[in-house]
Amino acid sequence: MGAQLRVYKRRIRAVTATKKITKAMEMIAAARIVKAQRKVAASMPYANELNRAVTAVATGSDTDHPLTTEAETPTRAAILLVTSDRGLAGGYSSNVLKAAERLTERLRGEGKEVDTYIVGRKGVAYYGFRERKIADSWTGFTDSPTYADAKRVAAPLIEAVITETAEGGVDELHIVFTEFVSMMTQNPVENRMLPLSLDKVEKEEGAKAEILPLFEFEPSAEDVLDALLPRYVESRIYNALLQAAASEHAARRRAMKSATDNAGDLIKNLSRLANAARQAEITQEISEIVGGSSALADANAGSDK
Amino acid sequence: MAAELHVELVAADRNVWSGEATLVVARTTSGDIGVMPGHQPLLGVLESGPVNIRTSDGGTVVAAVHGGFISFADNKLSLLAEIAELADEIDQARAERALERAKSEADAAAERRAAVRLRAVAGH
Repeated sequence: MGAQLRVYKRRIRAVTATKKITKAMEMIAAARIVKAQRKVAASMPYANELNRAVTAVATGSDTDHPLTTEAETPTRAAILLVTSDRGLAGGYSSNVLKAAERLTERLRGEGKEVDTYIVGRKGVAYYGFRERKIADSWTGFTDSPTYADAKRVAAPLIEAVITETAEGGVDELHIVFTEFVSMMTQNPVENRMLPLSLDKVEKEEGAKAEILPLFEFEPSAEDVLDALLPRYVESRIYNALLQAAASEHAARRRAMKSATDNAGDLIKNLSRLANAARQAEITQEISEIVGGSSALADANAGSDK
Repeated sequence: MAAELHVELVAADRNVWSGEATLVVARTTSGDIGVMPGHQPLLGVLESGPVNIRTSDGGTVVAAVHGGFISFADNKLSLLAEIAELADEIDQARAERALERAKSEADAAAERRAAVRLRAVAGH
């Protein structure tokens, strides 16, 4: 076998092996999207009820709470950035990182200091490589986050919001994550979670703008709000983590699908080249034989004379 | 037909129970509260404890609820809890073991959780 042909054969084998891996990853990701979507759907009733309750308290009482009142001159903001633990998901991590960069830029432009909190190894690596300060980070659960994970993430953030700004607390809390729109579309979004803007809560609740009744609060409006808002933050973070996980799987599925398609194309091209090389080899052998035999015939014809 | 109210018992990651009921008794931070149809709109903070739901067909549903909220408006009652389990779902032996372990490790939160679970099973 010719050297050229051997090289082609070897490359085809290598690409075939890669294709098998990417195909498997594609199918695993596809199976996980469905699971992740189901988790998002399962968390919806709780989130909706909580939204309703928060709206009810915030509109039904004129209590001032550090989590709902806007500081007159906000000087510090916290960003929670949700990235993935693993790569091979196309532009997933870099898109959400870009969105975070934009938001950081904007907040700095408004004269605010920015504390960054990161979920996911990719984000930690990105910030670590650029030697930027990370306020806190969590890794290891972006595939399938649980409510306990969300609680763990929320705790220091709530702490930071409640703390006075002068003592290292923050005035605003933003979250950057990838919203799961559909199997094909996932958008990086940035939301301001706190202080609460009520129009937004109402908007999220959907079109059914109901008039909320006057509630009786047990034990008191302040206490209810005190207990409610941390839960609200946790539930929002939980929802963001779940959506980010679904988006990550969808992005990975798409990336792996195009990798598999690409490998298929490569194999097709390489086998064409290998066929041509084999054909060239055969042609050359034939012409060598023909050439050899005609040279022999010429020599014989010459000696006959 | 007796008056009914619609109950949704929701945990952070799933819908635990929903249905019609005639009476719901839950423990708020300021004491036990019973809600019957037509109650005044209410929003309260729940303590960890069992919740009793008297269903409209005469049965009783008991659930262990670990912190959360009770909200009632429009004859609809929502019980929101980070963790909520129906008494049927609780494995009594496992809860007892958890209680023992929590006691020996002096883990107050785990001990309270296990105790609430056992109370819910006992009240069933």
